Formats: sequence, C-alpha cells, structure tokens
Amino acid sequence: MSSKDRILGRIRRASANAPDAEIPRDYLQVHGTRTPAERVDLLAAHLAEYRALVHRTDGDGLPALLTRLLAERGARTVLVPPGLPPHWLAAAGPVLVPDRADSTPHELDLVDSVVTGCALAVAETGTIVLDAGPDQGRRRITLIPDHHICVIRVPDQVVDSVPQALPLLDPSRPLTWISGPSATSDIELDRVEGVHGPRTLEVVLVGRE
Amino acid sequence: MTGTYLGMPAFPEAAREAVRDEVLRANLRHATHTIRDKRARSVAELADWDRLRAAGKAVKDHTLRHLDRYLLQLEEAVTAAGGTVHWAADADEANRIVTDLVRATGEREVVKVKSMATQEIGLNEALEAAGIAAYETDLAELIVQLGHDRPSHILVPAIHRNRAEIRDIFRTEMGSWGRPAPEPLGDDPRELAEAARLHLREKFLRARVAVSGANFMVAETGTMVVLESEGNGRMCLTLPETLISVVGIEKVVPTFRDLEIFLQTLPRSSTAERMNPYTTMWTGLGPSRGADGDGPAAFHLVLLDNGRTDTLADETGRQALRCIRCSACLNVCPVYERAGGHAYGSVYPGPIGAILSPQLRGTGTEIDASLPYASTLCGACYEVCPVAIDIPEVLVHLRERVAQGGPVTRGGVRVTLRPADGRTAERATMRAARLLLDHPGALRAGERLLARARRLAPRRLPGAGRAWTDSRELPTVPAESFRDWWARERGDTQ
Ligand code: SF4
Repeated sequence: MSSKDRILGRIRRASANAPDAEIPRDYLQVHGTRTPAERVDLLAAHLAEYRALVHRTDGDGLPALLTRLLAERGARTVLVPPGLPPHWLAAAGPVLVPDRADSTPHELDLVDSVVTGCALAVAETGTIVLDAGPDQGRRRITLIPDHHICVIRVPDQVVDSVPQALPLLDPSRPLTWISGPSATSDIELDRVEGVHGPRTLEVVLVGRE
Repeated sequence: MTGTYLGMPAFPEAAREAVRDEVLRANLRHATHTIRDKRARSVAELADWDRLRAAGKAVKDHTLRHLDRYLLQLEEAVTAAGGTVHWAADADEANRIVTDLVRATGEREVVKVKSMATQEIGLNEALEAAGIAAYETDLAELIVQLGHDRPSHILVPAIHRNRAEIRDIFRTEMGSWGRPAPEPLGDDPRELAEAARLHLREKFLRARVAVSGANFMVAETGTMVVLESEGNGRMCLTLPETLISVVGIEKVVPTFRDLEIFLQTLPRSSTAERMNPYTTMWTGLGPSRGADGDGPAAFHLVLLDNGRTDTLADETGRQALRCIRCSACLNVCPVYERAGGHAYGSVYPGPIGAILSPQLRGTGTEIDASLPYASTLCGACYEVCPVAIDIPEVLVHLRERVAQGGPVTRGGVRVTLRPADGRTAERATMRAARLLLDHPGALRAGERLLARARRLAPRRLPGAGRAWTDSRELPTVPAESFRDWWARERGDTQ
C-alpha cells in the first residue's frame, strides 16, 4: 500500500466521528467607515509606523520626485520592470537597468534601487501587494536591491481590509505582501530594519491629478 | 518526532535546571512580557476578534473532518500547476524523500526557511548524514544553529540568548560555516543583523535548492503561503531552482478566501503586528511555469503525517491540530516563562508543546509522560489562542491517559496504553506542584480555572494518589476557589 493510501485510510478512520462545523462568516469585512481620503491617510500612517518612508505627489510631480528620491539614496543604477510607465523615470538620473529573464541573482545584487507599481494596497494593515504584473516585474527584483520605491495610485489601488483585498487577487499569480521594510526582532526583541530584503522601502502615493 | 530532543531529562528535571539559570529567566521574562502586552493592544484593535477566532476554529474543524477530501483536492491543484506532491507517513519517510530529491539535483547544500515540521522530523541531521549541508536562514535559527543549540520558542527561537551571547557565537562560529563575522563586531542588534545579512547573502545568491515549510496550503487553488519578517523566506522561495516544502497535513485550508481570517489573526497573535513584513504566496510553478526565472523551476510538496492522524483519532486531543503556531500561548504561560522552552524536550515548547508532543510521539518516554503536568491549568493559553484550542482540557485529558492508560491510536492502529509507571507521574506532579507553590500568582490563577473547569477534573488522582482514589471518590472541586471567595467576601485582594 502506498503511503498516500495509508495516510488517507488513517484519516478516514480517525475523522469519521469528528464534528463538522459551519463556518460563521459574521466577522467584519471592514473595520470602520472611511472616505477614500481617510483610507489613504490610514495606509500612509500604518506604512510609516513600520518605518516605510511615505511620499505624496500627483502624476505631474512623479518623475521629479522619483529622481530626487533616487539621488538622495545615491543610486547609480535602478532596476525597471518591463511594463513600468516610461514617463515615470523620464527625468531619472541613474542608469536604467531593464529586468531580463536571464539576469542572475549576482547581477541583481549589483543594482542599487528598484522602482515598481503594485497590484493593490491594504489600509488597515499597511500592506502593499505585488502580483508580478508588468509594472512590478519578477519577485526577485523587489527583493535583492537594498532600496525599493513602490508607487501606489491613490485612492484607486487602496482597499480598506484584508477581506476586501483577497477577492481582487489572482492566486495563480506569484503574490508578495509587503508591510514595511525587511525587519527582525530576533535579538532581544529590538526591531532592526533590513535583514535580507530591502533595508529601505519608500512608498509614493500618486493622486489622480 | 525525533533527533536532538530524545534522551532529554523529563520536564521536571529540565525545568529545575532552567529555573536556576538567572540569565535565561531574565531574558525570557523580558521577551514574553513585551510580546504579551503588545499583542493585547494589537488584538484590541479588531472589534470582531472573537468572531474571527470562532471562524478560524470552525475552518480548522471543518477541514479536519474532511481532511482526506481537502488533501486530494490540494494534490490535484498543486499538480495541475506544475508541482509534485509526495506523501510521508512518518519522519523517516519524509527525510528519505527530501534527501533523494536533493541528491537528484546533484547539490550538496540547501538553504532553509524556518520550519517547525522539518525540525520535528530532524531533517537537518538526516541531510547531514547523507553528506548534505542544510543552512538555516532565519536570524534566530542561524543563532541557534551556529551556537550548536536548540530552539526554545516557536517564533523567537533564540529568545534565551542575549546580545552579548549572540556576538560571541557569531565571532567564533560564522567563519567555519561561510563568510566570517566582520571585525570588530559589537553587540548592537543592528551590527549583529548586518553580520547575518552578509553571511547569508552569499549563501542565498548561490543556492540552487531550498527547503521550506508553509503556514497554510489552500486546497481549492493549490496555493502555498509563508509568513515571515526578514526576507530570508522570500530569498529561499524565489531564487533557488528547486524548492521542497515539507508541510504537516493539518495545514490545509479549504478556500483562498479562508486566508482572510488567518492573515488577520496570525500576525497579531504572534508578533503583535497588524501584518508581518512579508507574506509569500505561490501556486505550483505559477502561470509561467518558472520559465521566466521568477521562482523555482521545480516544486515539490511533501505532505507529512508523523503522528497527526493518530492525534486526529483522539476526540479530545484532536483540537491540537487546529494550531497555527502563533506562539501566543507560550508568551502568557507562567510555567514557560520560568522553565524556558528547552525544558519541554520538543520542537514544540510551551502549552501547545505540552499537548502536541505527547500526542505526536506517544507517552512512552518519561519526558512525554511528564509534559501534560507542565502546566498550572491557569487557562491563559486558551484565552489567547486564535483558534480557541482548549489546552487545559487536553492537558487534563492527557494526564488521565498517562495515569490510567486507555485506548489510543498509534501508527493508525488502536492500542490500549498501560498506565505510566507510578514514579514518572508522581515526580512530575510533585515538581509541578512545587513550582506552583513557589509562585502564588500562578497558583491563584490555577485554582480559579479549576473552579471554572470543574467538569474536566479527573475523577481519580494521577500517579501516587491513584491507588487511594481507586476506592474513594475525590472531593468535588468547589465552584469558587477559596481565594476568590475570600476576596469577594472580605473585599480585599492579596
Ligand atoms: S495553541 Fe493556539 S496560541 Fe498556541 S501556538 Fe497554537 S494557535 Fe497559537
């Protein structure tokens, strides 16, 4: 008998008399009511609490802001996902490095910064979700460089809560949920940012105009 | 469960050692109190916490009732998305499967994301025996591994180490595993984290095989979910060409939507955060099948039984399988706080360990027979548990089992246990009692719970008292403890 059959047999014998349970779904879909502006404010506050650096601008101001942020970090090279709107980095100073399928982890490790969009953001938890869409690129490009700038279109890409976020996501895509920069509390529970993922997460909230 | 932990002294002796260790107790007290207080604030933010807790419990119970169906559905979905599913009845089989998979890649080293399941089966030791080096990449696990030590907490495995100890470990040990620690190295957590970053990055960038666990597996979609903070998980789950995940069969949930419950309750219960910094979800090889170099080109899922189906067969004890390993119960436990994680002789320490280990491993050894006594029954663990596992109820049930013997399932077969030899249970009870009498706070809490849980009290005394109660009825537990009555009647507390 295969282990699969053995395990399934044991399960069937063991669970035959187990109680079944209706799953109550009376928990809240949203915690509180907010206007779109309040939702964006809450996202910004929660991101900042986890020591992400939050900036706001509109479509016209975005290229100049990105240039400034990259310059402030001394970035000489910046990774660009294939579908990032070209005008976002039209004013950029650093050398643009397009992400290629065959770039090795070591090559990515030499790049200073990365700029991406996102799939959506969750205000209540201060979370950005990436789904490897064209303006976000492969998972690895937001992981290896030490500086990640993520652009969120507000208020359109912001939802209130986790229960609102899941139905908007496609589980067959690679999903990465990011809440603040990489952090550890393993040493005497002192929070330290930047262990393996980017040490600096900057979030740019771009208004409609 | 195997490996490092066997041959350990039973809980009472191990706890006595630990209680004497002042540094350890100070480290633990600081850590557990900090997390505990933060957690309470974070949970209070959600007005529907009780409803989320009830929903989480129900999802898990429902899944356990139909576990065969959901595992088959999961297998189908993972396979359809390009992954390969393996079934492992016990630790040996799981270790063999993983070793063979690593061998087939021709690699001699693997990077690991922290995983309780692989610790439970002693995978690192099995790989080492096969000539394969397994590198732990979670900072705390790295500290534990470099220190030739064992984890002492589910979430913060190096909770028993302070910064000076960690610096010393890094200085003396890092060099023999890879990139040495930078010199000079201070004991600032920032500096220590940086040393770990440099040491491990070298490994991440060259690793071709990774081993992980998972927090959840979604039957409906085949999606695997890993929650973490540092990014070492993302590194391991993304960069290597082959990914092998070893996951207990109880980690499956039916639908993608069910994650909305646990993504709210798990981070808040464990690290007291609204959300952990990183959550990675992947479904087989994804739509692009790894062709674009985003994620592994081969994915293997090893579904692990190793005593879980035996646990499932126990009507009272099966609720332990609801556990999502948040570790909240450790941080509120007065016994854990004083004894430390190592005293439990298992990868699962604290209250959950006291009910899970003796069920997964049986109560044949002295350590396992003593674990159900490693508690004051104060009930704090039940109060905080995000899936409402009634740990005190299971503890009392297991005590009865140890003392009186009775029917259990072992390897899928019904057997009747003989009562543990009197000395084991007797010593366990006596030590536990002394620990309590030394700590009036814990005793107070214990009495209060006992009053609330009267129906759960055993009808006969375990261990030494057993012969006596064979022919006598135990006095019933009063509805209210004397201390509570005194406080109510006299209006003052002590
Ligand atoms: S038993 Fe409950 S509180 Fe303890 S680790 Fe498991 S889920 Fe968390």
